[in-house]
Amino acid sequence: MAFATNQWYVAAYGAEVGRDLLARTVLGEPLVLYRTESGQAVALADRCVHRRYPLSESRLDGDTIVCGYHGFTYDSGGGCVFVPGQQRIPRTARVASYPVVEQDSFVWVWIGEKDKADPAVIPRAPWLADPAYAVVCGMEPLEARYSLLVDNLMDLSHETYLHGGYIGTPEVANTPVTTEVDEENGIIYVSRHMDDAQCPPFYAKSTGIQGRITRWQDIEYHPPCLYLLHSRIAPQGVYPKPDGDDSEAFHAEIVYAITPSTENTTYDFWAVARDFAVDDESVSEYLRSSNHTVVMQDVVALNLLETVIAAEADGYQELSINIDTGGLAARRILARMTEQGRAGALR
Amino acid sequence: MLAGDRVFRIHWMPGSDTLLGVCHCGAERSAEEPVELWDWLLSHPDGHHAPHPIEPAPEELRIEVSA
Repeated sequence: MAFATNQWYVAAYGAEVGRDLLARTVLGEPLVLYRTESGQAVALADRCVHRRYPLSESRLDGDTIVCGYHGFTYDSGGGCVFVPGQQRIPRTARVASYPVVEQDSFVWVWIGEKDKADPAVIPRAPWLADPAYAVVCGMEPLEARYSLLVDNLMDLSHETYLHGGYIGTPEVANTPVTTEVDEENGIIYVSRHMDDAQCPPFYAKSTGIQGRITRWQDIEYHPPCLYLLHSRIAPQGVYPKPDGDDSEAFHAEIVYAITPSTENTTYDFWAVARDFAVDDESVSEYLRSSNHTVVMQDVVALNLLETVIAAEADGYQELSINIDTGGLAARRILARMTEQGRAGALR
Repeated sequence: MLAGDRVFRIHWMPGSDTLLGVCHCGAERSAEEPVELWDWLLSHPDGHHAPHPIEPAPEELRIEVSA
């Protein structure tokens, strides 16, 4: 499977990157991440140029990494500043450094040609760093290719079957969706508005709503990495007012960063930001625990799918139906991005 | 809802299995499954003909046809 290069990907939460060395593999490229003494996040290739020893298994000395094998020492730009036993530092003694941007609680890295890295194109998830929202989050490694997680998230009708009793109710699978693709800006939008639905435990317990609800799910996928689910929950029949006021509804911004690690493994970053009960730690704990359970239900299912796909003969013919409209659009845009990245690399 | 100038839309018509594809050029087509519809939408402008309202011909171009 090919990856879409010349793109930004989430490598970590900002809170994960500190004065300890963190190893992450993004699009097959091993990275070591750390934070300089002034607080700047750094991403370097996680292989010493000398004998490939993982720098993530080494140590920090100030802002430099000292290789744990022979002591080759690299600055935060990847330049070698010390080699053992000799004065001359070979001209080629350096490791690749990666453009890094910290935004919305994520550490984004650019995988591709460095001169094309434009921080302005990184999609936003502002709720994750907004004090008006309470956030629970986590990351689960998937033993499955990233396209399986994209398929999963673009078609939420699976909530009814895989996540019944948590976030799924019959109305999710039974409600038609509208799918939109903005070709110029590379955004896919899938909208499912349920006017009269059961309230699943996930929202009943967190919002306190008794009875049926009006539930809106609006997916906004910014391929390849950032997936947003704008979830609006309100007592049945309560809609935004003509002036836009929607204070009678509960809003959860469900954010995923889908980062391919290797061809068959993926980082599944997930977060739930809410604008209700923001100071209630018991609600945070409930949503953290429930959403983790839901994510793990997906992880188990997708890991199983990966073993199935890895073992099957070539040429399996999938069947796509109406619920797959958004997922198919995502596949097409990802394929185009992969092709564009490949073309850029060949130039 | 996306507001760009080049947005393709597929509406799943409520109460049916029918999908309605709407191109940014105004062309529309319905289908019973999404693969065919994306193929058609993304092939814009090939085969896309926006539905134009039928207006009466100007007075001077009308031809009287006798029964």
